[in-house]
Amino acid sequence: MTEPMLWKMLLGLILLGALGYATAAWSAVLRAKSSGTPAVASWSYPGRETARLLVRQRTASPGADTMLSRIGVVLLPMAAMMAILVIPLGTNAITDLSVGVVWFNAMEVLAWAAVWMVGWGSNSVWGLVGANRFLAQGLAYELPHMFALITAGVGAGSLRVSDIADHQGHLWFAVYMPVAFVVFLLSGLAFSFSPPFAQAFGADIAGGAAAQLSGVDRLLLRTGRYLLLAAAAAMSVPLFLGGGAGPLFPGWVWMLLKTLAVLAVLVGAGHRLPGVRMERFTEISWLVLLPLTIVQALAVSIFVLLGWM
Amino acid sequence: MLEGVIFGICALGAVVAGITVFRVDSMARATFALLASFLFAAVPILLLGLSYLGILVVLMMVMEMLIMAVFMVMYMMNPAGLMPMKMVHNNKASIGIAVAVFVMLAAGVLLTPWPAAVTAAKTAAATTAMGTDADPTLALGMDLMGPHMLVMIVIGMVLFATMVAVVVLATDRGRYERFGDDLRRRSPDDPVRGGLGR
Repeated sequence: MTEPMLWKMLLGLILLGALGYATAAWSAVLRAKSSGTPAVASWSYPGRETARLLVRQRTASPGADTMLSRIGVVLLPMAAMMAILVIPLGTNAITDLSVGVVWFNAMEVLAWAAVWMVGWGSNSVWGLVGANRFLAQGLAYELPHMFALITAGVGAGSLRVSDIADHQGHLWFAVYMPVAFVVFLLSGLAFSFSPPFAQAFGADIAGGAAAQLSGVDRLLLRTGRYLLLAAAAAMSVPLFLGGGAGPLFPGWVWMLLKTLAVLAVLVGAGHRLPGVRMERFTEISWLVLLPLTIVQALAVSIFVLLGWM
Repeated sequence: MLEGVIFGICALGAVVAGITVFRVDSMARATFALLASFLFAAVPILLLGLSYLGILVVLMMVMEMLIMAVFMVMYMMNPAGLMPMKMVHNNKASIGIAVAVFVMLAAGVLLTPWPAAVTAAKTAAATTAMGTDADPTLALGMDLMGPHMLVMIVIGMVLFATMVAVVVLATDRGRYERFGDDLRRRSPDDPVRGGLGR
């Protein structure tokens, strides 16, 4: 591994961390606003929460599968960190794989394993119920999500993320393929189990997959969730919003601005919308979103054949 | 050299993880040991330059094994696979079967006339015929099913039809249960309400 690569990786992780912090802080601000408490203190809430969880002791339940549970909580933030390796910041990705879109998908699917390991490992009914809920949700969102990713790849004729971003010189893919864009955002919320897709961690099952977590384990899980959401928002920019393209500022500034805007929309939507239960979402996903994304892929394929994009 | 080291580590890792499947006492751990074995096996595919296939193996295996974990826990007889349990049964016969399969596969590795020099030429021929640069994924696809593409497509359709048929046969609720004997019910009578408000 070369020296500049290491620096790029470090920078990428710092930026991802900052975006994750912003996500956590923004949702805290929205919560404070809706409960009528002053929102200023919420900007430091993730920091204070981190400190609180760091000094807190781990709880241990009898018969817990500690090994799987620990692997799970570490795997979750790692999945987000590995997913961003292929996202170009302006023109520069940490490693611009020729199959970057597939890489992102594979890394984000690791969340399935992570959440199930955590839920199972806690040896608690609620943990297992939450874990299985997340897999059911995964089966619901994953196919439309894959079609959304493929559609962007078809539009650019490449699975390399920077190629897809460069291909949107004249018009953003969000305009060419609005269905794929919306489905990608929805599944971004779903795979990071953020509201409104947070039923796997719902209050109705005592915190679900995270029911037994405390201390640093809970910190890692929550960090992983915010990092995953940030990674989803960052990925939506090169796929659908023209990447770093924009007037006046250099590419990386636009990339960050667009990512922050997408994050604000996602967190805001999660804050406003009622929770979506996975069995409801499954029917919507398979009967509405899946046909729509297939038709969208067909339309984009025809655009490409006609030479319109 | 580096490739050799990585291959060695992954080969060893895959075998060790495979053995672990039968040494652990929990359905979940066995599942994840098997998943680890598959992930180790994906790395040699990446080493061959088949990046698309290698990463696809990672993606598919993670999804598949997680669904499998749920089903394995669900279908175990004693308290639902939730308790510690032995991962081996029918020991003597399975040792015999395992040895026979291993010998067969190992013999296949040694006896197959691997096209050492031919592969490069074929790859070049296949890729120039398709008018792209040397893409190993394409070359592999041409090699595996070039002349049999129609057969493969038909098999794919048959497999898909089989899956649909099996699901239809396995479910105990058909359209008559959902929409009534004369199929006149406006909204289906389902035990769990879906999201479309029907």
